[in-house]
Amino acid sequence: MSSFIKGLLRLRRGPWEMLATILIALGVFMLMQPFALVLFTYSFIVTLIGTVMFIIVSHFPE
Amino acid sequence: MPDPLSKRAALATPPSLARKIRGLSDRTIAWIFIAPTIFLLLAVNIFPLIWTIRLSLTNFRTNRPNNAVEFVGIENYRKILTDSDTWTSLQATAHFLIWTIVLQVLIGFTLAYLINKKFRGNDMWTTLIVLPMMLSPAVVGNFWTFLYQPQIGLFNYFISFLTGTDPASFSMIGEVPLAPWAIVIVDTWMWTPFVMLICLAGLRSIPSSIYEAAECDRASKWRQFWTITLPMALPFLMLAVLFRGIENFKMFDLVVQLTGGGPGATTQLTSIDLKREAFEKWRTGYASAYAVILFVTVFGLASIYVKALNKVKDR
Repeated sequence: MSSFIKGLLRLRRGPWEMLATILIALGVFMLMQPFALVLFTYSFIVTLIGTVMFIIVSHFPE
Repeated sequence: MPDPLSKRAALATPPSLARKIRGLSDRTIAWIFIAPTIFLLLAVNIFPLIWTIRLSLTNFRTNRPNNAVEFVGIENYRKILTDSDTWTSLQATAHFLIWTIVLQVLIGFTLAYLINKKFRGNDMWTTLIVLPMMLSPAVVGNFWTFLYQPQIGLFNYFISFLTGTDPASFSMIGEVPLAPWAIVIVDTWMWTPFVMLICLAGLRSIPSSIYEAAECDRASKWRQFWTITLPMALPFLMLAVLFRGIENFKMFDLVVQLTGGGPGATTQLTSIDLKREAFEKWRTGYASAYAVILFVTVFGLASIYVKALNKVKDR
């Protein structure tokens, strides 16, 4: 866990890509879940942030 | 030292053109070669994408081209993301997506595991299993419509044989609780062979020496499966899940042919909903915003897919 946070602070690709992947997965889940309309409403922004983040952080050093 | 690219290109061209080429740098020549591809990519992919994003911020309707087009900001996005009908169609897509992936992975991996064992007629069985994948979705949709017929459909007779119910007492594509399962069954039938092929590639990439070492250590078949087969085939399995996930998210043809999105909106997946908004209700701006939302979602999933693909390549 601490190596993950260290990687985030040192702007390393691995942990940041992991974070972006989690955001995309969360956004897709929010888009398709049958539980709350409010989650559906905010799903697009979460997916968009995750996707843009993924594009940016894939240029970070290993 | 080999001749530079410009010199080699000049040698292969008529003298008048060669004089011009000799004056160009390698970098310029490389740009000239890739320019048509870049131009095509911009014209066919990037321009429509930018145009769609632009339209998504307006109230444009294709059936009223003379109406003034107004900039509405993120209003279309707000409407879509607070619309319960859109939410319902995304839930229908989720049901379709989850069940097709679960069934295809389970059946596909089991088939791959069995086909990987050498037995008589192995190749013939492989060919027979992959046949559904080679058919057109329109053809598959059409003949499954006949199979699902309550009066004459073989599927109903098969279920009747297993359960003892009257074959004419239920309609797979005409009843609200059954229709979502009808499309899941057909997609699973059609695309399980694809998952099987990917899993088979994964299973065949495992070196036999690992199993031999496990045999020496007296590891049981069960243990070999959980500690060797499954972990080593997992990246391939993940690849199959992502492949099918992205494809099924965009599913259109098969479902239109089978149920047309009905009964009601039970099998109205997002792509069908989008087509209705764009070409039946003619709400072009709204449909463009819908398309952008789906694009971002698929693009996000595709990014994960590329990452997974790189992991598999690194193995």
